[in-house]
Amino acid sequence: MKRRALAAVLLSAALLAAGCGGGSGAGPADDSALSPADPAKVSGDITVLTNRTDLVTDGTMQKYADLFKKDYPNVTVKFEGITDYEGEVKIRMNTDKYGDVLLIPNSVVTTDYPKFFASLGDAAAMEAKYTAAGTGKGKVGGKVYGLAGFSFINGFVYNKDVWTAAGVTEWPKTPADFLAALQAIKAKTGATPYYTNYKDGWPLSSWSSVLGSATCDAKASDNLPTSDPWAAGGDLNAGDTLLFDIVKNKLSESDPTTTNWEDSKGLLATGKIATMWLGSWSLVQMQDAARKAGKSPDSIGYLPFPAQVGGKFCSVVAPDYQSAVNIHSPNKAAARAWIDWILEKSDTAAVNQAVSALKGAPLPSALKPFTDAGVQFIDLAQVNAAKVSEIDNLSEVGIGKPEYRQRLIDVARGAAEGDLAGIFADLAKRWSEAAKNVG
Amino acid sequence: MTDLKTGPRVDPAPAAAADAPARTAVPPARGATWARRLTPWGYLAAALVLLVAFTYVPVANMISYSFTDWDGVSPDKDFVGVDNYVELFTRPDLFHVFFVSLFYLAAAAVQIVVALYFATVLTFRTRFRNLFKGLLFFPYLINGVAVAFVFLYFFKEGGTLDSVLALVGVHPKQLWLGDPDLVNVSLSGVSVWRFLGLNFVLFLGAMQSIPAELHEAAEIDGATRWQVFRGIIAPSIRPIIGLSVILAISGSLSVFEIPFIMTRGFGESKTFVIQTVKLAFDFNKMGLASAMAVVLLAIILLITWVQRRLVPDERADRP
Repeated sequence: MKRRALAAVLLSAALLAAGCGGGSGAGPADDSALSPADPAKVSGDITVLTNRTDLVTDGTMQKYADLFKKDYPNVTVKFEGITDYEGEVKIRMNTDKYGDVLLIPNSVVTTDYPKFFASLGDAAAMEAKYTAAGTGKGKVGGKVYGLAGFSFINGFVYNKDVWTAAGVTEWPKTPADFLAALQAIKAKTGATPYYTNYKDGWPLSSWSSVLGSATCDAKASDNLPTSDPWAAGGDLNAGDTLLFDIVKNKLSESDPTTTNWEDSKGLLATGKIATMWLGSWSLVQMQDAARKAGKSPDSIGYLPFPAQVGGKFCSVVAPDYQSAVNIHSPNKAAARAWIDWILEKSDTAAVNQAVSALKGAPLPSALKPFTDAGVQFIDLAQVNAAKVSEIDNLSEVGIGKPEYRQRLIDVARGAAEGDLAGIFADLAKRWSEAAKNVG
Repeated sequence: MTDLKTGPRVDPAPAAAADAPARTAVPPARGATWARRLTPWGYLAAALVLLVAFTYVPVANMISYSFTDWDGVSPDKDFVGVDNYVELFTRPDLFHVFFVSLFYLAAAAVQIVVALYFATVLTFRTRFRNLFKGLLFFPYLINGVAVAFVFLYFFKEGGTLDSVLALVGVHPKQLWLGDPDLVNVSLSGVSVWRFLGLNFVLFLGAMQSIPAELHEAAEIDGATRWQVFRGIIAPSIRPIIGLSVILAISGSLSVFEIPFIMTRGFGESKTFVIQTVKLAFDFNKMGLASAMAVVLLAIILLITWVQRRLVPDERADRP
């Protein structure tokens, strides 16, 4: 009996402790982080959370902090590089201590932004200064809570030498042309024409950035809640069909289940792989890999999705992580100063080949072929971003997650039953049911 | 409770020392009785605090989440009653993944038999006994993540396994992880490789506690090895076999580490726990995922209870 009593006490104590864990204090009164007017008056220590652990360890971040200190002598910046950024920060956000400046984890629902982050300013004022890609996603109720300082465009990163060796010198204009080009690469060079990165998964999920690129429609994402995303003529239909056909025609690696992202960079640089669909952020890494392999970084090329509207290619400018200021931070002005400084004064955009959110900032050099060829850059409208992610989670479709494309590849290579139409129908059914419930 | 937490961790030792003579000499004073009662709790305090803080509180949290629609980040969560459980039991696809567990269960059976075999062989005097013991136990010491990475290269197309097979003239065309019919066999094979050592050591330890006279008597009576195993070894180590079976069943229902790192649950390799993790962290359904975890816990408790009922844990006969 006694033992039972003790167990009961322990269990109830545990439950009590669990119950207490949930409550958290109300946010502080001042919940905005506006750009400070006078650098000399800004002071305090701030902690910056970042997913770029490489930049923290190699001292690049500290260099920025030192330069920043020259402009803001009373602010000290510390960095916390986090490897599993998404997973760890999400859990830390259950407390008050998630740094002063942080990148908003993708899993945070937009409507919750005001509960976690200080407002960076009124939407009208912000939109005058920054591009739609920068402010679009972080806008809640007329205020902006997250600023995506850097954006990347989407396309295929490819090895120019291999493509030239196969006799393809012009960008394919239709998916059929693209498949023919890959076929030529397979026949003439022996390189793997396309690499899916199936096993690591996340590179596959960048196929969702095809949204807008095939149809040149800035509302491609906003229309998702009210339409069938996989209907013929839509972006996802075009992108997923292309991926399916690539795998079905055996133009991708023979064993997708043992792919390796780190290795794939070197393989592309040395011409063992010809093409991968990735954001333009990958260019810097591929060029590095080329240098390491003793090749010229110029051999790495970038080409848009093979579809034209009105004789022009299109490429969506997709925002990277949004920077935000912790609503519990005691030094909001200093935190905001850092966000502004990185965007306006540092060379981050150029080094990463990123498109800056500042209006009128020059495009990165790697995208010159795109501007030369007259590729249209589209900023996707993000009015329905919260709704899209809600439907996505509720339906467990995972537009931005690798699962359904892994299944697509399995079906295409004959490792799972079904056909493309069936997959699309199933996805569309789940999507529309969830969309009804989200309303 | 407060006594448990704040109770001195060092003090009880002298108190006990002071107690010991008191018990035999004079009837203890009231204070001394209390001290004596509290002494064991003092020893237990550290372990209990850790146990409560890192096992019971999280479990209680999980149970409370399972009645909410929490998304894992939001500061607000709504109480939704048993909705999550209703959803869980009305979606057969969520339980479909338990089929995968059958592969691991079969592998666990193989693992126990092989471990028993090696333990028995190495109980008798064998040449290079310690070397073999080391070889068999070694994989268990390797970190699971490292094991997963090693086997990624092992199963890769043209990797270690294919090369070794090529040496003996076999050129298999199948992909070890890419073939949906093979992937779970490959993965459960890794799990056998990794956990064989643990079973083996448990069995060997139990076997070595069997008195040598029994073995000698059997030898004098001219018993064969198989008779020795059936008549002496197996009955003596029954509790350990029972424990291994429970561990095998609960382990195969909650496989996670190796498939998660090697395949992230693609294709046919998704297990129940991988699915739970995906729902919780990819689709922000913390409530539903917690309910799944609670159900898994309940299933394992139930199986353990049934197993204890079917095979009661008699005390091994010890002279």
